[in-house]
Order: sequence, then C-alpha cells, then structure tokens
Amino acid sequence: MLNINFIHPDGRHERIDARAGESAMMAATRHGIAAIVAECGGNAMCATCHVYVGDDWLGRLPAIGDEEDALLDGTAAERLTNSRLSCRIRIAADLDGLVLHLPERQI
Amino acid sequence: MSVLTESGLRAADASVPGLDVDPFAIEFFDDPYPAHARLRDAGPLVYLDKWSVYGVARYAEVHAVLNDPMTFCSSRGVGLSDFAKEEPWRPQSIILEADPPAHTRARAVLSHVLSPTAMKHLRDRFAAAAAAKVDELLARKSFDAIADLAEAYPMSVFPDALGLKAEGREHLLPYAGLVFNAFGPPNQLRQDAIERSAPHQAYVAEQCQRENLAPGGFGACIHARVDSGDITAEEAPLLVRSLLSAGIDTTVNGLGAAIYCLARFPEQLARLRRDPSLARNAFEEAVRFESPVQTFFRTTTREVELGGHRIGEGEKVLMFLGSANRDPRRWDNPDDYDITRRASGHVGFGSGIHMCVGQLVARLEGETFLSALARKVASIDITGPVKRRYNNTLRGLENLPITITAA
Repeated sequence: MLNINFIHPDGRHERIDARAGESAMMAATRHGIAAIVAECGGNAMCATCHVYVGDDWLGRLPAIGDEEDALLDGTAAERLTNSRLSCRIRIAADLDGLVLHLPERQI
Repeated sequence: MSVLTESGLRAADASVPGLDVDPFAIEFFDDPYPAHARLRDAGPLVYLDKWSVYGVARYAEVHAVLNDPMTFCSSRGVGLSDFAKEEPWRPQSIILEADPPAHTRARAVLSHVLSPTAMKHLRDRFAAAAAAKVDELLARKSFDAIADLAEAYPMSVFPDALGLKAEGREHLLPYAGLVFNAFGPPNQLRQDAIERSAPHQAYVAEQCQRENLAPGGFGACIHARVDSGDITAEEAPLLVRSLLSAGIDTTVNGLGAAIYCLARFPEQLARLRRDPSLARNAFEEAVRFESPVQTFFRTTTREVELGGHRIGEGEKVLMFLGSANRDPRRWDNPDDYDITRRASGHVGFGSGIHMCVGQLVARLEGETFLSALARKVASIDITGPVKRRYNNTLRGLENLPITITAA
C-alpha cells in the first residue's frame, strides 16, 4: 500500500493509503477528504479536485496536458506554478509519500 | 448473444433474464422505482422483450458501458433507433451521436466554451437573477414551481448566456421535449412529438446561424472557432443546436427536482437554511435522486462480454441512469435525499467522454438559485395536486403548486 499526505490550509496533515493505478482524487474521495470535491467524478471537466503539489514532488509528475492546463485556469483558488488536478495524478510506487496541499476552496 | 427464431424475430440468449418491463410506458413513469429494483435484481444484464434490447440497471454496468465508448458507441444513435438501419429524424448530432476521433474535436470546442473559466464570468449575473426571481416569487407567495420557477429561472439566464434573440424563445422547451422524446421507442409520445416538430425545428435551425447569435454568448464563441480552424462553418450551427437541445429542459427538470425534494423533505430544507453553502450539493443530490435524464442507449460495435454474458455486434443496450443512481450496491440509503451526501460519481450527467458538457452551467444555475432560496425562504409547502410530465427520457413534473414564506 502506498501513501499520500494531504496538507490542509490550516497546516493539518492527513496521511491516507492509496492503490497503485488509482488517481490521487479517487484515493482522497475514498477516504472522505471533503476538500477534494471532484464534482465530475474524475472526467476532467470541473476543476474541483485542485491541489498544490509539494516542492519535492512536482518534477516527478508527468507534464500537464492541454485539457488539464485549460481547466487549471478556472480553479476557484489561485492557480500557482505547482497547481495540478488530482484526478490527473496517477499513483505509482515512485509517488509513494506524495505531498499534496489542499486549496482554501474548490468552488 | 441474439439468435434468430423461426418467426424471424430476435430473441435473447436464454441465460439473460428477459423482463416484460416497458420503461417508456406511462405506468412506468408514474413510479419507476419498483421496476428499477426488479431490473437490478434480475441480474447485471437483462433483456427487455417489449423493445428487443438489452438493459443495464446496476451502477457498475452502467458506469462500465458509459466508459467504453468504442465498444458501446453513440454514432448509431443514443435512442432506440439504430442509425445504421434507420434514417435519424433530424441531422445527426456531431457530438452526442458521434464517436472518437470525430467526437473529440467537437467536444473540445464545447468544453472550452462551457469551461470553469467561462463560468466565472457568468456567476454574478446568474446569482443576481436568482435573487431577483426568489424575491418576485416571495411577493407572489403561491405559484406553480414548474412554470414559474423551474422553467422561469433557467429561461431568464440561459438563452441570454447563449446569445439568443428575444423573439421565439417559446420554442425552446417544446424543442427540447421533442428531442428527448425522440430517443424513445416509436410510441405515442415520440410520434406526437415528431408530428408537431416542424415549427420548433425551423426556429432552432434559424437561431443556430452565426448572424442570429449575440456577440460574447456561447453561440458566438462556438462560431468563432470556425475562424481558428477548429471546426467547419457547417459544423458550428450543429454544435449550437446541441446547446439548444440539451441546455434548457435538463436544467428545468434538475431545478424542478431540487424544489420538489426540498418541499417533500423539510428537514433537508432546514439544513440548507442553516448552511447555504450546501446549495450546490443540494442540487447535485437532487440530480442523483431524481435523475432528470433517466436513460440513454448505446450500440455495440463488436461481440462483447457484459455482465457475464456475450452479446453480439449491433445490439442496442439501454442504460438506466436513474436506477444506477439508486443502486444499493453503490449507495448507502439510496432512497434518501441527503444534501450532505457525497454525490460525486453519480451518473445523472453520464460519465466518460460523453458526460454532460454543460454540467457546469447546470450546477451554476442550481447552486445560485438554491443559495438565494436558502437565504430568503423559510418554508415550502405543496398546496395542490402534483402532476407528472411524461417524456421518454426526461423525468420531471408538469405542475408543482407550492406556497413559500419569507425567512
């Protein structure tokens, strides 16, 4: 079992387990992390599973696709250089321990 | 797998449970839930003898079919009619009734026009219109929540967002009703709708033209993509048509569902009033609970295994979205309307590459209206007979007489 560390805006840590192959969004939803709203259920349409990726991890993720890039322009919280959609982050062994910061708002 | 019987009629593989349920009959529309349970409990795949089609009514299979668009295609129509055998009643949609790669290009244009960024520009306007509508309704106190609210509010914001002319908008709801009836079988509802379709079709065809769409609206934004070479001048009006077909009646029934839920379950209205930030989820949960779009078909492009059975190429498969959204295999207490439920994952907007491209507009309309209601309305009481509106695909009401009081 792999791990993802979600860090809330107030600094609170939440460490959850994730399965290889699932998205970070799916893992968060399974564990009831309410700050990952994921309205569209992982279809890359709503930009409500926005996360800020921890510094050390950004370079390990695949590049942002055009679709994700356009959606990130519409996030409710400010888009930063480390913004990603968690439905597009596929969990694998090399992402074990991934750190994702949660934004203040998704809508 | 289908076999030909001596009479030449097609019959299903005997191991697939055959049911006599007609999901397009008036009795079914009046109360679909016992039949949904029968369909789900009969097995992961059923055969509907009445229309000679396969059906999936459990969440897992509905989700699987929606997410395998190359096997379960849309280009042969998403209604009962198979476009490989029958001429479509109107020119085929280049997005709803298309498969990749053609679908991908058209879809990208509408996704962009209806993106989260585009919604940011509409939010304040929609919220102001919602607040004004709630004030107006509070002054009237008693009214029909379908005509005066569920229809009136989307009609006050969506046609303007699209950039439609003021004249002729009365064709929009009849046209949408027609489109959704036409996905059904050749029953009375479909025949009557198509017989009366000519004036509505003429209106829609005209409004889809570039010169009839106001600058800055969704329609003009679609046509602008002709200039950048993303779509052709022939395709643009058809994409505008998709918004006219699917952008109004769906949100009318979604909002109608939400009001009907809040009127029936006052404890949920009380929760919403205590925390108006639940407005968006209260709408989402109403979409799960009532599933304004009840069904869609797909057609198999090859022999495939589904629910443990082999089915052949060219078979129509009916997906019961409303049943999937209340499948106890997927949802806890599925028959409870709970505005704090995590409704994400419901298939009321579909799933996969054909998932409702206008879902953000629908949610924005639902959220802004319910948010205004949460702040201004103390109670909703049903004060007269509730009458259902019958449509082959859409679930909603004809009349919902209510009285509201101010907070």
